[in-house]
Amino acid sequence: MSNVISDETIEYVGILAKLELGEQEKEQAKKDMASMLDYIDKLNELDTEGVEPMSHVFPVNNVFREDVVTNGDDRDNILKNAPEEKNRMFNVPKTFD
Amino acid sequence: MAKEYETVIGLEVHVELATKTKIFCGCSTAFGAEPNAHTCPVCTGMPGSLPVLNKQVVEYAMAVGLATNCDITQYNKFDRKNYFYPDNPQNYQISQLYLPICRNGKVEIETDSGKKFVGIHEIHMEEDAGKLIHDEWDDCSLVDYNRSGVPLIEIVSEPDMRSSDEVIAYLDKLRLIIQYLGASDCKLNEGSMRADVNLSVREVGAAEFGTRTEMKNLNSFKAIARAIENERERQIDLIEEGKQVVQETRRWDDNKGYSYAMRSKEDAQDYRYFPDPDLVPVVISDEWIEEVKGRQPELRDEKRARYKKEYGLPEYDADIITSAKRMADIFEETVALGANPKKVSNYLMVETMHILNEKDMEVEDISFSPENLAKLIKLVESNAINSSVAKEVFAKIFDEDINPEKYVEENGLKMDNDEDGLRKIIEEVVAENPQSVEDYRNGKEKAIGFLVGQTMKATKGKANPGIINKILKEIL
Repeated sequence: MSNVISDETIEYVGILAKLELGEQEKEQAKKDMASMLDYIDKLNELDTEGVEPMSHVFPVNNVFREDVVTNGDDRDNILKNAPEEKNRMFNVPKTFD
Repeated sequence: MAKEYETVIGLEVHVELATKTKIFCGCSTAFGAEPNAHTCPVCTGMPGSLPVLNKQVVEYAMAVGLATNCDITQYNKFDRKNYFYPDNPQNYQISQLYLPICRNGKVEIETDSGKKFVGIHEIHMEEDAGKLIHDEWDDCSLVDYNRSGVPLIEIVSEPDMRSSDEVIAYLDKLRLIIQYLGASDCKLNEGSMRADVNLSVREVGAAEFGTRTEMKNLNSFKAIARAIENERERQIDLIEEGKQVVQETRRWDDNKGYSYAMRSKEDAQDYRYFPDPDLVPVVISDEWIEEVKGRQPELRDEKRARYKKEYGLPEYDADIITSAKRMADIFEETVALGANPKKVSNYLMVETMHILNEKDMEVEDISFSPENLAKLIKLVESNAINSSVAKEVFAKIFDEDINPEKYVEENGLKMDNDEDGLRKIIEEVVAENPQSVEDYRNGKEKAIGFLVGQTMKATKGKANPGIINKILKEIL
C-alpha cells in the first residue's frame, strides 16, 4: 500500500460524515481508504489525454418532466418518517442559523 | 492625509422560479399551504426516491441567461453539495458546480455616476431547502418541507460594483428582467429574491483585492444599502487600526443596524461536490436556444422606448410605468380598451402610487381590473362625473374593483349639468356670502374659488365645475 491516511484525515472525514468511529474502526477505515486511493492511482496510470470526463454511466440525456402538479397532500404518510411530529411538522433538536 | 478607500462588491442572487411544480418532483410550489402539505418522498429525501428534472426550470434559466447576455452551456449537469442540516433532508443539495447552465454574461446599469456593465460569472440551477421554525418554548426546531425542492437559479456576479447605488441598480435591473420574463415575481420581502453581498475594501489604486466578507439576511433594498455602508465602515476601521479583516460569513440585523459573524473560513464547510448519479446531463441544442430566444417577451428597456414613441408618453411617465411589470401590464391592457394613454399613465403614476404608499403596498399587490379603470376614464372624459368624484370612485376601484358605471349610477354621483338647477343654488350661495362677492368685485380673483367650493358643497360634489364658473361669472 503506497497511500497512508493520517489520523487527522480520518478524524476530519469522520466529522464531515457525522460518524463517530472507535479506535479499531478508525484503523480499519484508514486501511480501506488507503486501498481505495491505491486503486485510483492505478487508474491514473492510464493515458486519458483528450478524453472528456464522464458525467454519467448511461448514454442518456435530457430526461424531463412537464411542469404539471401530480402529487396531492400526502402528509399523513410523509410525517410517519419524522422522528417526532409537532404541529404537522418534523420535530428535530434545536438548531441555530 | 487620510487614506481613500474603494469598496469592491460582488453579489450572489437567488431567485425562486415561478414554476407550478418543484424542480425534481410533481409537488406544488404554491405559497402559503399548510405545513408539509406539498411534500413527497423525493423532496423529503426518502431512500430509493428518484429526481426527474422539470423542463420549465431549464427554460426559465435559459431565458434569464439569454436576457443577461450569457453563453448557454450546451452540455450541463447537476452535482451534489453535501452538508448536514435539518432543512435539507437528503443531506445534500442538488446544484450545478462544474458545468452551470449559463456563463459569462453582463448587464448594463445606470447610476448618478453614469453607465457601466456588471459582469455575470454564471447562473446555475438548484433546489431550495425547507423552512425551519425555532420553537421559543420547547427546546426544539420544527421543519416544514413545502419549500424543499422549489427551483432556484443563483446568479453570481463578477466583483464589478463599487457602491451601494450600483448594487441597487444591478438588483433592480435583474429584478425587472426576470419579472418581465415571467420567470419569478422577485419579491425580496417574501424571499423569492435573496441577495448575499460579498464585499471588500482596498486603498484607491491598489492592484489586489482586500479580504472579503459575505453578508446574508438582506430582505429589502434599504437593508442592502445600509448593510453595505456599515460593512464598508467596519472594514476600513479594522484596517486603520492595523487589524486584519477576517474572511467570514456575517448576518445582518436590520433592526439593530449591525452585523455579526456566523462562521469564519477556518470552520468553513467542505461540501465534497460530485456529479449527481441520479440525474442525466442536460443537452441544449442550437434549435432549443433559438426557440427560447424567439419566445422572449419585450423587456423593460424596449418597452420604455416604445411607450415614448407609440403612446407619446413623457420620459418620466415611461420610466415609472415600466418600473414594475404589473404596472406596465395594467397600462397596456387599459390602453388596449380604448383609454387615453396619458390619462391611464396619470392614474397609475399619481393616484395608484399615492394609495400604494399610503397603504404600504407593493405594485404586485394591485388587484383592480383594467376594464374598470378604462370605464372610469371614459366617465371623466364624457363629463359624466367630475374630478373629485372620480378620485373617490378610483379609491373604490382600487379597494374592491367595483364597476364605476354601476357605482356612479347607484350612488347618484353623475355630474350635475343642469344649468337652471345650478343657477338657483348659486344664487343662494351668492346671497349667503356677500363678503366674498364684494372681495371679487374689488378685484380679488381668488374669492371666486370660495364661492365655487360652497356651491360644490351644496351639490355634494356632483356639480360640473365649468358650469358653476360660467354662471358665477355671469351673476357677478
